[in-house]
Amino acid sequence: MGVTLTFIAIVLGIVAVVYLLRVFELSAIAQGKKPWEVTEEEGKNQARLMPVFMIAFYAFFIWQIVHWGPYLLPESASKHGEDYDTLMTITMGLIIFVFFVTQTLLFYFAYKYAYSKNRRATYYAHNNKLELLWTGVPSLVLTILILFGLNTWNEIMQPVNEEEEHVLIELYAKQFDWTARYAGKDNKLGRASVKNIAGTNALGVDSTDIHANDDKIVKGEFHIPVGVPVQFVMRSQDVLHSAYMPHFRAQMNCVPGAKTQFNFTPTITTEEMRQKTGNPDFNYILLCNKICGAAHYNMQMDIIVESKEDYEKWLAEQKEFNPNGKNANNINEKEIKLAQR
Amino acid sequence: MTAHSHKKDWLFTYVFSTDHKMISKQFLFTGFIMGFIGMLMSTFFRLQLGWPGESFEVFKMFLGDWATEGVLNPDKYLALVTMHGTIMVFFLLTGGLSGTFSNLLIPLQIGARDMASGFINMLSYWLFFLSSVVMLVSLFVEGGSASAGWTIYPPLSALPQAIPGSGLGMTLWLISMTIFIASSLLGSLNYIVTILNLRTKGMKMTRMPLTIWAFLFTAILGVLSFPVLLSAALLLVFDRSFGTSFYLSDIFMGGELLPYEGGSPILFEHLFWFLGHPEVYIVLLPALGITSEIVSTMSRKPIFGYRAMVGSMMAIGFLSMIVWGHHMFVTGMNPFLGAVFTFTTLLIAIPSAVKVFNYLTTLWKGNIKFTPAMLFSIGLVSTFISGGLTGLILGDSALDINVHDTYFVVGHFHIVMGLSAVFGMFAGVYHWAPKMFGRMMNNQLGVAHFWLTFASAYGVFFPMHFLGLAGVPRRYYTNSNFPLFDNFVDLNELVSIFAIIAAFAQLLFIVNLIYTAFRGPKATRNPWHGNTLEWTTPVEHIHGNWPGEIPEVHRWAYDYSKPGAENDYIPQTVPLGPDEEDEGGH
Ligand code: HEM
Ligand SMILES: [Cu+2]
Ligand SMILES: [Cu+2]
Repeated sequence: MGVTLTFIAIVLGIVAVVYLLRVFELSAIAQGKKPWEVTEEEGKNQARLMPVFMIAFYAFFIWQIVHWGPYLLPESASKHGEDYDTLMTITMGLIIFVFFVTQTLLFYFAYKYAYSKNRRATYYAHNNKLELLWTGVPSLVLTILILFGLNTWNEIMQPVNEEEEHVLIELYAKQFDWTARYAGKDNKLGRASVKNIAGTNALGVDSTDIHANDDKIVKGEFHIPVGVPVQFVMRSQDVLHSAYMPHFRAQMNCVPGAKTQFNFTPTITTEEMRQKTGNPDFNYILLCNKICGAAHYNMQMDIIVESKEDYEKWLAEQKEFNPNGKNANNINEKEIKLAQR
Repeated sequence: MTAHSHKKDWLFTYVFSTDHKMISKQFLFTGFIMGFIGMLMSTFFRLQLGWPGESFEVFKMFLGDWATEGVLNPDKYLALVTMHGTIMVFFLLTGGLSGTFSNLLIPLQIGARDMASGFINMLSYWLFFLSSVVMLVSLFVEGGSASAGWTIYPPLSALPQAIPGSGLGMTLWLISMTIFIASSLLGSLNYIVTILNLRTKGMKMTRMPLTIWAFLFTAILGVLSFPVLLSAALLLVFDRSFGTSFYLSDIFMGGELLPYEGGSPILFEHLFWFLGHPEVYIVLLPALGITSEIVSTMSRKPIFGYRAMVGSMMAIGFLSMIVWGHHMFVTGMNPFLGAVFTFTTLLIAIPSAVKVFNYLTTLWKGNIKFTPAMLFSIGLVSTFISGGLTGLILGDSALDINVHDTYFVVGHFHIVMGLSAVFGMFAGVYHWAPKMFGRMMNNQLGVAHFWLTFASAYGVFFPMHFLGLAGVPRRYYTNSNFPLFDNFVDLNELVSIFAIIAAFAQLLFIVNLIYTAFRGPKATRNPWHGNTLEWTTPVEHIHGNWPGEIPEVHRWAYDYSKPGAENDYIPQTVPLGPDEEDEGGH
């Protein structure tokens, strides 16, 4: 019913527009001018609309900043995130500045130089000095931006120092959920391959690898300690996914057939962030950011950042993978050799 | 004349025509029909995003079993997004935009009787038509159309188990694109050959209008990059149908281990974006060429820095071939490689900035006539600035980490590529309708169309940057599953409302175009007082374009308001005065 009415409205609208067209034409002919010609007065009206539009556009922009600015991501909760935010602020500042300058010039010129019979445009075909200026200045600014950006990029992509204390976690993606696997006491992840997936071994962990015994597999949410570097290794069992943790300024694709990695050091606990944002239900999240199928829009996991003690307590409560009922501490030499082959 | 041969005449004039002007119109209407369908799709998925999970009557009518009880199905949301992107990028803005205006303007503006090969030109159109039909047919097959995004990354696009659209729908997508690429290559080769060989006497390269330069670079980019997409697609066909493993490895799906071994989906991404990035300039360059021409004509002023304009298009075209990796910063690529791609990508900002400043200087102290074409050209400059600037964020590998694949990207590319190219296309239609149809488009309607489109388009795409900065991913069926995004419910509604207004505003254009094509007021030969050669041809279309000799060219295309001249324009066919200098000559 509603749709039928809409269609009738559209058809009537089209008919009305056609009549309008005729009216425009006839009235133009009655006034003795060509129907498609823009008169000087009409042109002036368009010119006046330019600054009006510009102001409305700017107002819209500022209104959005006021209205939604507060809901953008809060300050970053990772160490490299601070550098990220600095770079973002600088780039954004530059962009917004250039945006206002150039848009204002555009709309101002359009307004100022509307057609008049009594005037002639200035014949001004080129000016090498000017052109050099606006090739040179952007080049300079960009050089600075590129250097700054690459510096930050290299720092972010720096792998964790193996010697240093760190946590090693595998993020395992499949349609449509996440699993986290902790490396356990030995801080080494057991080998894994989709070829080993069977029964309850959903991650395909290789049960003959001794490093696998103490691995811990968790779903729903995973915890990480504040102030300790966390090395993530990403895997996927089916299609491309992407592990996106926006609060930590972290993202890396999960690629079937390959391992990818990303690391960061969390700096703000979940509890602190709840206070900062004034939202008692606040949670860090891991979400999927690469189209992966029908339920892509709902592939998520909560992340809890807590003090090292709390983290260790939580981790101790998690079950070890331990497929052979053995403890990682008492495996004999033979088995180690076997596993290392 | 017998009835039979009459029918044959009709067939070869309107259907299997080899005349570039007719082929241009065929591209225009096919492109616009596809574009209209693509736009309808976007309003459908905007309805879902604005009011997630609600049942809509229109869905029941148009989408059938894609929307159970009028509620869009999640995988069909992705089907709509995929087809929308594919149609807009390839069919509206590659086939439609470049096909229409390269065909119309190349022979007319360089002074040629027709394209180098009329037959290949006709073939190019009919392949385009065929690929459009195949693409549309894919909407109706079992499992639905392709749903893996317009970038069709495997394994999602390779395995029907992964998403229903990767069955027959994806096969048809690949067939359609293969035909499309053939069409595009035939067209491009023809354009290049025509521009290089068939220029009239006096039409030195340095006297060519910027439109022609733009079409030339576009065609070269197409010839260099589309074949790579073809190989990418063929390898995907092999993986899908013949059990090879170019892109697939270690996949466990639907409870079983699949036999693929040793391939890499990242390889596909490299091949895809080797086309994909140049593609955005294939879309954009013709629009930049068209608007350069219009801005100069309508400001009654020479385009400022003609050589810099050509040079920057060349630089943009060249750089666009070596930046594809910026789409892959977070695929686990070597950070050093990421750094290289950041460097090349940000370099593109330099020629882009040059273009913007040259546009602005052309307006400065001009004598501007606000035809709808000029309004849309000004709109293009505005969107090219707004969208280009956010590219500085996405092109910077470090910053891309957190905005990659979010709505920030959707906002960015719609403004810089979608809106700019669409505005360029509208501008071109308003400006050259007198050449296409021998009739003038209505001015008032055009003006209304512009302001409504301009305002609502910014209303749709500007707020998306905020979504992206808040971490909202693209290609999400709904944002309602994350408390983090709950504050953006009203923003999503606002965007959807603007999208609906924008869609309705296009009715003004459609009515105007169809009305003009059949009964609009008759055009005069040179209604805008332009300098270029197309304005020396008769209003009625004739084979060979000029009744007598092809005119000779004596000067560049931009002698507007030249001091000492009587009129504020001097057509290219007017010989140089005794002590007159030719800007294009040196
Ligand atoms: C009425 C105008 C339009 C509206 C409202 C619109 C809206 C949208 C939205 C909201 C998305 C993102 C959907 C998602 O990520 O879930 C999208 C995707 C896309 N749009 Fe548009 N769009 C419009 C016109 C255009 C035009 C003119 C182009 C031409 C370049 C275009 C090209 C694309 C592409 C390439 C995608 C990506 C598809 C994908 O993710 O695979 N759109 N559009
Ligand atoms: Cu996903
Ligand atoms: Cu790109």
